[in-house]
Amino acid sequence: MSWKIWSLKKSPWVFHVNTGACNNCDIEIVNLLTPKFDVERFGIKLVGSPRHADALLVTGVVTRQAAPRLREVYRQTSKPCVVFAMGACACDTGIFRSGYHVVGPVDKIIREIDPNAIIAYVPGCPPKPEAMISGIVKALSIL
Amino acid sequence: MSVPLNILFWIVVIPGTVVFGLVASWIVRKVSALVQWRVGPPLCQPLYDIMKLMGKEILVPQEAQQTVFMAAPLVGLAGILLFSIMLWRITITETAFVGDIIVAIYLMALPSLALILGSSASASPHAALGTSREMKLVMSYELPLVLAFIVVIIKTGGQLNLAAIAQQTPALSISGMLAFLVALLCVQAKLGFVPFDIAEAETELGSGVLMEYSGALLAVWKLIQAVMLVALPLFLVTVFLGGFRPNLWAGLGKLVGILVLLILIKNTNPRVRIDQAMKFFWFYCGIALAAAIILAIIGNYCGVGWL
Repeated sequence: MSWKIWSLKKSPWVFHVNTGACNNCDIEIVNLLTPKFDVERFGIKLVGSPRHADALLVTGVVTRQAAPRLREVYRQTSKPCVVFAMGACACDTGIFRSGYHVVGPVDKIIREIDPNAIIAYVPGCPPKPEAMISGIVKALSIL
Repeated sequence: MSVPLNILFWIVVIPGTVVFGLVASWIVRKVSALVQWRVGPPLCQPLYDIMKLMGKEILVPQEAQQTVFMAAPLVGLAGILLFSIMLWRITITETAFVGDIIVAIYLMALPSLALILGSSASASPHAALGTSREMKLVMSYELPLVLAFIVVIIKTGGQLNLAAIAQQTPALSISGMLAFLVALLCVQAKLGFVPFDIAEAETELGSGVLMEYSGALLAVWKLIQAVMLVALPLFLVTVFLGGFRPNLWAGLGKLVGILVLLILIKNTNPRVRIDQAMKFFWFYCGIALAAAIILAIIGNYCGVGWL
């Protein structure tokens, strides 16, 4: 394993992208930073700019308005980076499948611009914080 | 100091400062975590962060002024490393030149100027907002900081030599204590810690001035911040608290004590607006320093040490 990947696993900084979520997953993501879960133990830090990020936490179905923005944010993230589809909507559009405003699940939009993107899925409505931590750890362990 | 020891000093000083800085930034994160009742990151976390950022892609915005954008972090790093070399040399070998406190004040301003240059070259509206705030902040705190050092110069009888200043302890008098407290708050603003993190403003500007930096360039900025965490408290120790006397452990204790004080201020205060910061530094700190200067002059004139 190269030192780049090794150190990436030790300090994954995450950027939170909301592409049309109902805020439920967002609240659970913010929960991760609270004293109870404290993801800073693993070096995970929430950053304010996609240029600093190693992982994009995407929540919600991708709406027509959000799709170009999501592509732009993915392009602005410095590679190597991982995309996490958080929650049922982001993984597979969930209950909004037949909505008029839905473009598609997150992986479809990302693969349009980068077919080799690393995408991890954490299902649930919303996923529990424990499930998110476990998803992040599993995704990083196969990197 | 013997020749081999001197050579060893020049070899060790830069890596040593960087390692000290990384440990200091771990102390910042760990103490903040303990204050917030969390566990906090492991000891090597800042090192992992720097390693990871070094291995990542560097993105330069299309409309950015590329040369300035890439050169600014290196200028800042050079400035802060030179500053810390001067301070370590005074601390360890006690050799200095006349007027080095003035050189140190100029070198201390270099990272902030590099930050202003780099972020205004990055062609981002968020960074531009952060730049304008950083400029106002620099103008706010530089004046009280220089005035605080003037109090020390008066107290020590017109000494412009850091090694000579470090032989005395100006903070053990009323005027020196006032100047020390103001200088501590100025250092807080210089480090970009919370009551004065107006330029980075994670919540509304999304890390503001550093927004467009990525990869190795961001790693250099993080290194500058880490080295500043050691260099600025060391400067305060040298100027106000009598340097590393009586021995190395007392000196390190003073250094870590100042650092922990800064972290506790950081963790117990909300952010102020830029106009509030300016008013605080120019008005309240200005009055305190005017009083300190008058006290110091009276104390010098009448030969009263504790004034």
